[in-house]
Amino acid sequence: MEEYNITAYTENQVGLLNRIAIIFSRRKINIESLNVSPSEIEGIHRFNIVIVETEEVVEKLAKQIEKQVEVLKVYFNTNADVIWQEMALYKVPTDVIAEKVLVERLLRENGARAVVIRKDYTVFETTGHREETDSLLRALQPYGLIEFVRSARIAIIKASDGFHHKLQEFEQREPSEEVAENEFLNDREKVFTM
Amino acid sequence: MFQTQLAPAPAAPATTPITGAVAVLQALVAEGVDTIFGYPGGAIIPIYDALYDFKEQLNHVLVRHEQGGIHAGQGYARASGRVGVVLATSGPGATNLVTGLADALIDSTPLVCITGQVFAHLLGTDAFQETDIINITTPVTKWNFQVTNAEEIPEALAKAFYIARSGRPGPVLIDITKNAQLQAFDAPAYRPCQHIRSYRPAPVVRPEFIAQAAALINRAQRPFILWGQGVVLGEAEQEFRAFVEKSGIPAAWTILGAGALPTGHPLNVGMLGMHGNYGPNVLTNECDVLIAIGMRFDDRVTGRLDKYAKQAKVIHLDIDPTEIDKNVKATVPVWGDCKETLPLLTALVERQAHPAWLARFQSHMAEEVDAVIREELFPTSEELTMGEVIQQLNEITRGEAIIVSDVGQHQMVACRYAQLNHPRSNITSGGLGTMGFALPAAIGAKLGAPARPVVAIIGDGGFQMTIQELGTIMQTGVDVKIVILNNQFLGMVRQWQELFHQRRYSFVDIQSPDFVAVAAGYRIAGQRVDARPDLRPALERMLAHPGSFLLEVMVTKENNIFPMVPQGCSVAEIRLK
Repeated sequence: MEEYNITAYTENQVGLLNRIAIIFSRRKINIESLNVSPSEIEGIHRFNIVIVETEEVVEKLAKQIEKQVEVLKVYFNTNADVIWQEMALYKVPTDVIAEKVLVERLLRENGARAVVIRKDYTVFETTGHREETDSLLRALQPYGLIEFVRSARIAIIKASDGFHHKLQEFEQREPSEEVAENEFLNDREKVFTM
Repeated sequence: MFQTQLAPAPAAPATTPITGAVAVLQALVAEGVDTIFGYPGGAIIPIYDALYDFKEQLNHVLVRHEQGGIHAGQGYARASGRVGVVLATSGPGATNLVTGLADALIDSTPLVCITGQVFAHLLGTDAFQETDIINITTPVTKWNFQVTNAEEIPEALAKAFYIARSGRPGPVLIDITKNAQLQAFDAPAYRPCQHIRSYRPAPVVRPEFIAQAAALINRAQRPFILWGQGVVLGEAEQEFRAFVEKSGIPAAWTILGAGALPTGHPLNVGMLGMHGNYGPNVLTNECDVLIAIGMRFDDRVTGRLDKYAKQAKVIHLDIDPTEIDKNVKATVPVWGDCKETLPLLTALVERQAHPAWLARFQSHMAEEVDAVIREELFPTSEELTMGEVIQQLNEITRGEAIIVSDVGQHQMVACRYAQLNHPRSNITSGGLGTMGFALPAAIGAKLGAPARPVVAIIGDGGFQMTIQELGTIMQTGVDVKIVILNNQFLGMVRQWQELFHQRRYSFVDIQSPDFVAVAAGYRIAGQRVDARPDLRPALERMLAHPGSFLLEVMVTKENNIFPMVPQGCSVAEIRLK
């Protein structure tokens, strides 16, 4: 089992989130992280889904997602194949930070940035991998951490050329060789790019 | 937000406004629909009001329950190859469709279901007969969409029909709020949908895989073909037959594929799966190349997967990429419409015969005849068997009838023994195993193929699940022959309890009403038979009868269906007794 990043390019349609989510819940697979955002193309949405599973299962899930009528394309990648980030916010009492030099050093070491500073509390933000946001969380616990929240993961695929070219083909009526989208048959043991 | 990728319609000539309800019916007419199954209710009254003026173009069949309506739609679609259309109201009307949707999805049946919905401004308020049917049906539809504005109707219905029938077919549900049905708008001329950018129903075929498949087949010593409903859905029966005959390979079928090659064809070696024929199951684990065509390696076909055809190279032809490698890893995947891929493959395979290999199927069949079939079809026991009813039916209809079966022991008997000369002749609930399917599906099948005799084979349990559709038969006068094989048990569960649960017959002893009297109450002629000499004349009377007829046949109470691959066993461990 390994962490996989599933990237789906989709239409913007009410109900599609449910249609995708139930592909996981039907198999009792927990979604570790889910982010839906615009993509590089106006009107096309991009899902970033993180799950921990075997490659075989992830490949089947990816195919099932791509089978949905409003999904254009699905990729899946290991963490090594993507650039990824998560953002975290930490709310801590301002007086503690003002008093403890250690805290200030901690924040500096973790590249945290103050978003809001008020008399009663201060909100810091960091962006990074899970271990990084986690380590600051642990470090701040002893200093009266009031609130913590972490965003879903967003990920860019290292090897991707983006979606513009593919979309043009998808919009043509007669599919070209590539839009046939069966290049997954080329190297079936390694990468799924149905 | 509705998808916007379709180019805007060209400026239409000035039109008079129509209501959303009329737009729905115009769309149905434009899609060539002639028959719809439905049941009215509050939230769909505007569409029914408009239907009043469409009686000439659309034959609306008033069913007795929405589940009956959707199974009738399925029967219509399976018999005719066209899209079945079903109307239901919101709330309970819509939720009564769920079983049929699940059945149609797993059996790849093209349906367009249209449900009424409460006014858009009431959505989410727990209004009378409001239910979130879009979310309820998401797991059991190929696509669904809620219309809240009449202007969305033409495009939504165009997409619905396109999606339902293209690629791997499936059910689509369109939920239309009452305000949208009532709303008047300037409808553009109806344009059928031919392309959705995010949806590719069929891929471009990759010739190199065809070549690899052909090379494997040409070198094979013991090749074996498994075919499923994909051959029928792709209307590729001719192409399939040409492939089988040129390659000379024995071919076995799933119950949904039955009939694509006639029962009597010399290379048709029988039925796959748990209650399939002996040879096809045993020899699955001895073939060297397994060629699966339009089938999905269902667990009832494969038995224990880790002992399934491990020795064989597998060639899998399927239009749905999620099926390739899903249960059985393909050595050569041939992703595509088999109507397209089979001729390419046929062109590359050498004309061959495999007499020694075929003889092994025949010798296993002889074993099965001795152990099971002879006694089932020509019993020496006093009591009637299910098999002899099918055998007698075969002798009278000569394989020309459409056989619609329900779910259970009688279904396995019907599928195993019915003679089928034509495709689209074996209509049954395969993947979902829905008891209550057959009676309404038979109504739909007759309307979808009016020139052919339709015989429903139903158990005493399943018949009582949708018995109310006798009312539909009465009112429409549709000619359906109903054969109830009554063993006074929920027989398949009883069989499992006998074999695997120490004969603890837990709630399988089901009582039935006097079915002939019930039919008479619906003004349907009927007869009950419990002695062998009466069987043949009764079947002949039934088939000669003008209009519907119910024949109840009392059969042996505790007969078991064999052969059987017990659950958790490999296909090679199939038992003859």
